[in-house]
Amino acid sequence: MLKDAFSATIKYMQIMDENGAVDQQLMPNDLQDQKLVEFYKMMNLARNLDAKALSLQRQGKLATYAPLLGEEATQIGSAMAMRQNDFAVPNFRQHGVYIARGLPLEQFFVYWKGYEEGAAIDKKLNMTPVIVPVATQMPHAAGIAFAKKYLKEDSAVVAYVGDGGTSEGDFYEAINFAGVFKVPLVVIIENNQWAISVPRAEQTAAQTLAQKAVAAGIDAIQVDGNDVVAVYKATRDAIESARSGKPYVIECLTYRMSMHTTSDDPTKYREDSEVEAWKKRDPIARLGAYLRAKGLWDDSKESTLKDEQLKSIDEALARADEFKPNPDSIFENVYSHMPTVLEEQLENAKSSDYWQ
Amino acid sequence: MAMMNMVQAINNALDLAMAEDERVVLLGEDIGKDGGVFRVTDGLIDKYTGNRVIDTPLAESSIIGASIGMAIAGLKPIPEIQFAGFMYLGYAQIVNHAARYRSRTRSNVALPMVIRTPVSGGVKTLEHHSESPEAEYSHIGGLVVVEPSTPYDAKGLLASAIHGNDPVLFLEPTKLYRLFKQEVPEEMFEVPIGKARTVREGDDITIITYGTMVNVVEKALEKKPGISAEVLDLRTINPLDEDAIVDAAKKTGKVIIVHEAPMSFGVGAEVSAIISEKAIYEIDAPIMRVTSPSLPYPMPGYENYYIPNEKKVLEAIERLLEM
Repeated sequence: MLKDAFSATIKYMQIMDENGAVDQQLMPNDLQDQKLVEFYKMMNLARNLDAKALSLQRQGKLATYAPLLGEEATQIGSAMAMRQNDFAVPNFRQHGVYIARGLPLEQFFVYWKGYEEGAAIDKKLNMTPVIVPVATQMPHAAGIAFAKKYLKEDSAVVAYVGDGGTSEGDFYEAINFAGVFKVPLVVIIENNQWAISVPRAEQTAAQTLAQKAVAAGIDAIQVDGNDVVAVYKATRDAIESARSGKPYVIECLTYRMSMHTTSDDPTKYREDSEVEAWKKRDPIARLGAYLRAKGLWDDSKESTLKDEQLKSIDEALARADEFKPNPDSIFENVYSHMPTVLEEQLENAKSSDYWQ
Repeated sequence: MAMMNMVQAINNALDLAMAEDERVVLLGEDIGKDGGVFRVTDGLIDKYTGNRVIDTPLAESSIIGASIGMAIAGLKPIPEIQFAGFMYLGYAQIVNHAARYRSRTRSNVALPMVIRTPVSGGVKTLEHHSESPEAEYSHIGGLVVVEPSTPYDAKGLLASAIHGNDPVLFLEPTKLYRLFKQEVPEEMFEVPIGKARTVREGDDITIITYGTMVNVVEKALEKKPGISAEVLDLRTINPLDEDAIVDAAKKTGKVIIVHEAPMSFGVGAEVSAIISEKAIYEIDAPIMRVTSPSLPYPMPGYENYYIPNEKKVLEAIERLLEM
């Protein structure tokens, strides 16, 4: 005998196309015009902040930085679908998620200047700090989701991972764990097509990244990751699913318009024509076109918004510049009690002048 | 008081910790219905229902990684890795996250979690079931590393680890699980982390040891009642009890460090360096190490050629006393 043992399909969803035209049947009914304006502002804030960070890094004022340019819809759409009591677990490029969930901009700057104090995130904001080793945050997200269920807290966990990250064992281990224990986990695969220099097609032979969820026995969808409305709807629905014990994976198709990090030169491995093609699918331009067509946005509002955002970014940077590093803190925060060996090493450092 | 072997003492500590704090959860491979491959968690799944004793998928990275997430979200997870030799699949999670989350967040996020795993050899098991990796984990910084040598200490140290607010690697020597029983209080008690134990006092020679070798050293000295030896059981590998090490070394001026782990870059080297830095003028002979050779743990057929035995310890003692 030979018969089908299993089959699965992965759906693709786009609600707002490149020109800002909307599929009314899929348009979420909780998305009033004002909310879309809010999305637009937040996506712009992410882009303006990103541009400022890149420029500061080039002036030697920030350490290495990982730009988000082009991925605003994936980050803001998903973050805006989360409730305050939901919990975000980003990797290292999700600056948009952090600011949309209320991370003070000065803290963003303190972190990327190279100070751990920027990673001490107010617990009320319900998110973990930047995690650099790719996909290693995924099991944490599964564990946090387990704890939320165990403690009967009404909270879903939304974890972020890149296309390259889906090749890591921790990605699969985490969704497998989530599937077995039916924990409230939503995974956003921020598929920006490039894992440094390796293109999506060379990362896996799988046709979609969403289908990797099938192996863990959990549901998944692929969405246009430059369509903030589709990302919002998919995340909102996935959070509902996760809260009922069905974890969910969302693959967002977006594009890394900039370099991997400020140490990277993408002209070494990809064609300008590809970047140009993705420019036409820009997530902010398309929402802007929609809002303008509906009479909700115009040039004057655009220019006011830009002025306001650049001002608040500069003010945040000025506050971040006031941050005074405390070298004692690298010794004082390793264990709950400082052991003799660290006490002596700290004492030794302070009693000499090599710290000056 | 009750007579307990180390398995019973650890089971008892876990039982009491779960009874007093609902945030304590156990997770690992085969720890539930099966009670763990050494039966350390036997019976707990029946006593504590509601996902408090979790049989996980066979995936060490997510056992450690999910435990980190649980600790972030307010639980006190106690993951078990079935053998220390399998822990490397979760090593990245330990090094990159468990050991540095507090430091990364300037103590905004602490990780109260205890990773339990069996270590060391002498029980004729397969490859990767007998390693003594304590030095590797102590070198990282940020991870407390504890290794008891008696049932009493196993219970008391585990209680301290669970009650504390640090990630702790709790190493359980399989050879000692059922080697002997001891009077252990049935109620909760703590043995402080970071404090060594004076096993016996003496004036001729100081032996600094821990884990499986405490018993070997004691047996060796029983054969030579004429030798007056000061024996120190470190109990905590990281952070080391430097004061106790230095005091014990100064007391006799002759020091042997005995451990089952390979010699090179090991705990013996660290202890020796501490003594050199803090007591060199009160030491009157070379500091010696009695350890396994600097090579990967062999298959069980060869382990008796590898692990230090009483004879090897006695030879070193006699050599040092002649100096």
